[in-house]
Amino acid sequence: MASVTYDHVVKRYTADITVVKDFNVEIKDKEFMVLVGPSGCGKSTALRMLAGLETVTEGQIRIGERVVNDVAAKDRDIAMVFQSYALYPHMSVYDNMAFPLQMKHTPKSEIDKRVRQASGILGLDNFLKRKPRALSGGQRQRVALGRAIVRNPQVFLLDEPLSNLDAKLRGQTRIELQKLHRDLETTFIYVTHDQVEAMTMGDRIALMYDGILQQVGTPGDVYDHPANLFVAGFIGTPTMNFVPVTTSNGTAKASGFDVKLPRSVGEKTAVLGFRPEAVTDRVIDEASSLQMKVDVVERLGSDQFLYGQVGGDQVTARVDPRMQVTVGDTVKLGLDTRSLHLFDADSEKALL
Amino acid sequence: MSVAAAADRPGTAATAARFSPQWIAGRLSGVVLHLAVIGLTVAWMVPTIGILFTSFRPFTAINSSGWWLALSPPFQFTLDNYSKVLSTSNLGHSFFNSFMISIPATIIPVAIAAFAAYAFAWMKFPFRDWIFLAIVGVLAIPLQLSFVPVLSFFVAHGITPSALPPGLQYLPVWLAHTGYGLPFSIYLLANFFRALPSELFESAEIDGAGTLTVFFRIVLPLSVPALASLVIFQFLWIWNDLLVALIYVGGQPEVAPLTVTLANLTNSYGQGYHLLTAAAFFSMFVPLIVFLSLQRYFVRGILAGSVKG
Repeated sequence: MASVTYDHVVKRYTADITVVKDFNVEIKDKEFMVLVGPSGCGKSTALRMLAGLETVTEGQIRIGERVVNDVAAKDRDIAMVFQSYALYPHMSVYDNMAFPLQMKHTPKSEIDKRVRQASGILGLDNFLKRKPRALSGGQRQRVALGRAIVRNPQVFLLDEPLSNLDAKLRGQTRIELQKLHRDLETTFIYVTHDQVEAMTMGDRIALMYDGILQQVGTPGDVYDHPANLFVAGFIGTPTMNFVPVTTSNGTAKASGFDVKLPRSVGEKTAVLGFRPEAVTDRVIDEASSLQMKVDVVERLGSDQFLYGQVGGDQVTARVDPRMQVTVGDTVKLGLDTRSLHLFDADSEKALL
Repeated sequence: MSVAAAADRPGTAATAARFSPQWIAGRLSGVVLHLAVIGLTVAWMVPTIGILFTSFRPFTAINSSGWWLALSPPFQFTLDNYSKVLSTSNLGHSFFNSFMISIPATIIPVAIAAFAAYAFAWMKFPFRDWIFLAIVGVLAIPLQLSFVPVLSFFVAHGITPSALPPGLQYLPVWLAHTGYGLPFSIYLLANFFRALPSELFESAEIDGAGTLTVFFRIVLPLSVPALASLVIFQFLWIWNDLLVALIYVGGQPEVAPLTVTLANLTNSYGQGYHLLTAAAFFSMFVPLIVFLSLQRYFVRGILAGSVKG
């Protein structure tokens, strides 16, 4: 059990290919930290540097108080679960899980105890003698977890462990992983490109884009107070509405509506952001209502999404599923002004 | 799915309606394919069958008629050729010599090549790719070119059968086959090792396995199919090799392998190829046994279950 610190970490392959730029995060002991971002954003590289599979070009990585830049992967007291599971195909499930302990010359009886303990936790007791090829995807994934658990590491590293599972199993495993994190009381660092996994599993989320850390915070923080346009667009489905506006004296003027801002930001061009759930069929006051010409209607049972035009801008609205709308209608919708976001048009940073 | 689409895929062709044009086309292409395969097999086997028949025919019959006439009366089959070969020539000892040459000359290069290929595939060192290229380039050199320089080197340094103690007399041919076999072995194994998923190596690294542990506990067990095919190739090539053995150990009965002794049969018996055919069949048993015993290791999909679903 330990904290993990990335201190001004840079990963550069050649002079002009830098995949991780000045990365600073402090991951607390026993925290479930999710590194999330689109593919190629440097999140996996950041994890692999911590694992010792990639060298650190600049900066320091610390596990607890120990600087691990030059410590061999096997001596870092970490365990990693790979996206492809990386099970040893010629070994039985038992041997796969025992392998890391055999490498440490752990006594046989101790190995047996720990493997059985891990297989008990993961429900693999009946499969110990099988080879990985005789297991289903979910079982293989659990063996990979088991191989990590038996080592009793200070930090668990998980590199997109759910992306090879089907949707149903993924949801189930998500819950199991959180339970496992609670039971093991160990630091988890979890890399994913899936914002749903990030939102549901992370104690905190670190969002990366283009090698740069965009924002770190609890899922609620990141959702309610995105630091910039990228974070706002990445988190949440359907994505946040972005409408170009000009502001003056605390009012934002879009092509199809005006809205009063919570505080004045001066005169500038900006991007107004509001989530689909802020646009509903409940019109509270006329000042914050808007007229939408509906292009597409999506009924999901629990929700109904309307995609359409407000003035010259594309807007998505989440309305009551019982509301009767047909394509081509123009409907009057209410905008919840309590959850508005405003981003600078040039720097893309949050202004409110 | 439309019928036309089904006919495009061989697996689903059988589902096309019986006697429809697609069904007939599917059946016909199957028949043509089978005829072609059978034809090729027969063409390949004709010489072997000819040798087999000849080996059981008396010398006079061989001289007067072709082997295919052996199947028409009067039937003239005999075991004389086999008994004569076994009793008159030095076959037993040659057999022993062939094993003494083939087994070490298979194990040594394959073992060295496995280590080398692992280094070329998964370790970083300066000029790695250039050295690999040079080794592969050596494949293009005909081995006959090396006979004179290598042999004169062996003679100058006392590596000849007459100068070496008993048991080590085969050393020159072991060394020669090692050299000739390494480039191809390294090339084949390096390509196979490279195709192993890199996550396995990374996972093993984190688990605390060193380079040698990874090699012995992960790379080698996963490479059994490649190693088995390489062993078969190398063994068969050495077992059937006449030239290299003749050059490096010569035709002395104490060291000469089966191939050299067989070649001598025709010389000492003139046109006695009735004996040669019998002896050839005798020598064919070993390659057959090697092949049949190792072929079960050609298991496809041994990597199944390692990565992905």
